[in-house]
Amino acid sequence: MNALNATEGDPMPPTTTGPTTASVHPLAALPWEELVTSALLGTDRRPPAAPGGPVPADGPAALLDAAALHTVRRRAGLLPAVPGARPAPAPHDPRPQLPEAARHRLAQLLADRAAPAASGRRGAAPDLTELIPQWLATANRRGFRAPADLVPPLLDAARARTDLRPQALAFAGPLGLWLAALNPEWKFALRGGAGGSLVPDTGDPEAVGRLWEEGLFAERVALLDAVRTRDPAAALALLTTTWSTERAEDRLMFLDSLRNGLGAEDEEFLEQALADRSRNVRATAAELLSALPASAFAGRMAARATSCVNPDRTGAGASIAVEAPHECDAGMRRDGVVADPPTGRGERSWWLGQLVEATPLGVWQERFGGRPAAEIVALPVADDWAGELHAAWCRAAVRQRHPEWARALLGEPSAPPAGAPGPTSIAERSKLLAVLSEAERADWVAAFIAAHGLSEAFQLLGVCTVPWSGPLGRAVVDALDIARDGGSYPWSFSGVMGLAERCLDPAEADRLEVLTATPDEQEGASPGAGGYWSEAFQRLVSTLRLRAAMEAELT
Amino acid sequence: MPATESVARWTVEQVLSLAPDDASRKAGNKLATAGHWSGTGFDGSGAVWGLCKGSGSKPYQTVVDTTGPAYTCSCPSRKFPCKHALGLLLLRASGDGSVPQGEPADWAAQWLTARRGRAEAKQAKQEAAASGEAAPGPAGDAAARKRAERRAERVTAGALELEQRLTDLLRGGLATADRAGYALWEETAARMVDAQAPGLAGRVRELGAIPGSGPGWPVRLLEECGLLHLLDTAWLGRERLPDPLAATVRTRVGLPVSAEGPPVRDRWLVLAQYDTPDGRLTTRRIWLYGRESGRTALLLSFGAMGRAPELALPVGVTIDAELTPYPGGGLRADLGRQFAPPAAAPGTPVPDTPPPGGSTAAALAAYGEALRGDPWLDAWPVTLRDVIPVPSEGGWQLADAEGASALPLSSAALSRPGLWKLVALSGGGPVTVFGELGHRGFDPFAAWDTGGTGGGDSSGFGDGSGSGAAEVADGAVRLI
Repeated sequence: MNALNATEGDPMPPTTTGPTTASVHPLAALPWEELVTSALLGTDRRPPAAPGGPVPADGPAALLDAAALHTVRRRAGLLPAVPGARPAPAPHDPRPQLPEAARHRLAQLLADRAAPAASGRRGAAPDLTELIPQWLATANRRGFRAPADLVPPLLDAARARTDLRPQALAFAGPLGLWLAALNPEWKFALRGGAGGSLVPDTGDPEAVGRLWEEGLFAERVALLDAVRTRDPAAALALLTTTWSTERAEDRLMFLDSLRNGLGAEDEEFLEQALADRSRNVRATAAELLSALPASAFAGRMAARATSCVNPDRTGAGASIAVEAPHECDAGMRRDGVVADPPTGRGERSWWLGQLVEATPLGVWQERFGGRPAAEIVALPVADDWAGELHAAWCRAAVRQRHPEWARALLGEPSAPPAGAPGPTSIAERSKLLAVLSEAERADWVAAFIAAHGLSEAFQLLGVCTVPWSGPLGRAVVDALDIARDGGSYPWSFSGVMGLAERCLDPAEADRLEVLTATPDEQEGASPGAGGYWSEAFQRLVSTLRLRAAMEAELT
Repeated sequence: MPATESVARWTVEQVLSLAPDDASRKAGNKLATAGHWSGTGFDGSGAVWGLCKGSGSKPYQTVVDTTGPAYTCSCPSRKFPCKHALGLLLLRASGDGSVPQGEPADWAAQWLTARRGRAEAKQAKQEAAASGEAAPGPAGDAAARKRAERRAERVTAGALELEQRLTDLLRGGLATADRAGYALWEETAARMVDAQAPGLAGRVRELGAIPGSGPGWPVRLLEECGLLHLLDTAWLGRERLPDPLAATVRTRVGLPVSAEGPPVRDRWLVLAQYDTPDGRLTTRRIWLYGRESGRTALLLSFGAMGRAPELALPVGVTIDAELTPYPGGGLRADLGRQFAPPAAAPGTPVPDTPPPGGSTAAALAAYGEALRGDPWLDAWPVTLRDVIPVPSEGGWQLADAEGASALPLSSAALSRPGLWKLVALSGGGPVTVFGELGHRGFDPFAAWDTGGTGGGDSSGFGDGSGSGAAEVADGAVRLI
């Protein structure tokens, strides 16, 4: 509507060279503004008349004639506007073009996201939006360029879902950033950090130095991460140049960047950071140091821990005696031990936990006569200290990424989850699993599901790599099948179902086909459950087929 | 899969361009998996069919004749084409073999035969009418003339009444129009409907919206009042007008006009298809470009009471067909006989190149020129060659890649997602854009990356790299 302003304003100024029709109509020569004023006030109050000319007999009709003449003349004589500054062209994107089928698939996935959901219930059709992350990851892995016209809906999708941003921005590439600079709605893309899209060129030391000195916080974090990945020592050197002048929150973030590529060369710096003004920085430095078993810090912690935890030589069989520390001395505090326990915890057990957690696990094998981890974990612990000690060992195994200890602490997958010894919580187990190799992880979870079903499996499945290995996939499907026969509704397992749709190996689709049939209603089963299960399995199968197709299209 | 497919299939994007709205697009997408379908197939004549499992016990029977194109489905949906037809076409577009070539199932064959029979009969009738002039006898002729005369009298009465209202308005001043509000115009519009002048009624209704349209409304109101007055007086004096202009006036007033010019056969490229819902009536506009004649033509299709219009052509497809123009020298035409199934890009060597197009200044000149034949034109279809989208104060422009001219985009275009597709396609480099240019600015409908120097997607088009068919298919980017 208001673009009509264009005819009055700058963009499309009217021509002033009126055609000869001016002589035809008495009011044609009257300026347009005069006509508007007369029309606005009414011809009774303000009769339109050319300067010096007669007032027309039929004022309104004459005014309308003149208005029509003006309007058409003006529209016919529109002139082009003066162009604004042309934007600099988007940087060239050398990645190869997306195959046609894959391009259509992406358009379909993005269109589905944008359209409103038809109904709340999930039917037998795949949930396309959930497949966008996988599609983007595959496309990025294969190094394709995003089709230009799909970059805007892609940015819209990334704007709505932060978890899509890193992959979406990587796929959108330089064109995505170029567009984001033109549309305030896509500002998030320019913030970097989350996107990893602003990975600076770390090859030019001068540019790196300048960005480190002058960059915004997010840019500096990204820069430090990038340098650390390429050359850990260089990142440490960069950080040392400005360390003393950084703010506490920034020091914490920068320190965290050292986690990547942590090595013995970092020890000296971390030792100094143990004396930092900020408690969080001290704690992080201590945590990083404890992951370096050869460090002096680890030695100090080991000395403290071994004075507390010892083989018990008094009884008949081998067991563990625990004497928790009686005080948190200055040395312990300096090494990052937090003196005040959280409410509800005894301070001595709190200190003990921190000491054991930071002690290299290898120390215990020495201490307990060269026993393997599994045996040490199985030893009885005196005076109810078992829970505290095992929990601390779990944290140590995760922090030091020690597979043997992780394996020992996880125990047999078939053992009841709440049984002693070993970690009791699923959260601890999933952290320990992450320390194991991919194959071992999958096998352990598969055995766990075979023994205990799916009710506690969701978190454990989350740490398994996608696509799931054959044994793991089969274990999940079998468990779903058992759950169906057990007569419950499929939405009790919607979490696992959703994971299965995204994580099962697409090659399993054919094997699953038999499950999509609607079984006869069994006695004792929930009414109608069979139909819903069949629908759920149909969705699973069609999602797997779709994933296989997506994968194939992206080659 | 048979080795050769005699009929090209539509691409996913072309199918999606047929969808009447986003909801159908999404629903169609959901149905585009083999799991929902059984008994699917297509044949060499351009038919596609299948059974879609719905919520009931009996599956829906869906048939599409891509030569029409025409659709039928046993579902109760009022959307057209319905989600089942879209799903079926998408399934076919995916080309994964889930829709095999074969003979139509009985239920599909029935509808296809009946439809094609009707189409042929209509064709034959038209041809007979054109050649023999045998149609209604003198008695019927006289009755029709009488009816037309009666209607013209009523329109004249309506036009006079409208003139009176405009005169009163101008006498009292437009400032009072603001206070009188919408009701006054609604009432006048209803009077024009009674007078069987729907064209006048529509314009009057639009007048009613202007006082609420923001700053500068008196100017716009005066402009539109002037043009309405011009139409009134043109109608009253139509006997003195040259034939084409008189025909334009009749169309603008809203008298029924039928296509009557000699049919023009060409290979027509579908440039754009979009719907404008207006209360009870949805108007679909389809812009076509004749590859050989260089003509641009407009097909209109209407859907009443929330139904989507029946005619739907996928953007980017080239059809070999006859168009019958309407009188008055405008661009409107009716789609007549089609000679081969719509040739989609894959498998056919039809290059999806845009119309040649010209500069921004030439486009403005074309609009000005067109106003001579129809001063009530709000916009005129033009193709801009090698223009760059440029941000300007409060909006965007399309600037000539060479030279110092630009056209502002209309405010309608600024609020559509197509704007960013256009900007992305350009990547700061020149593109070719088809759209409508008028006094409100330029409204882009389709774009092609023809410049090749932009960063965005430069290596893709028409340079023979990669699989030719695929490159052709994404030639035109739909912006509306």
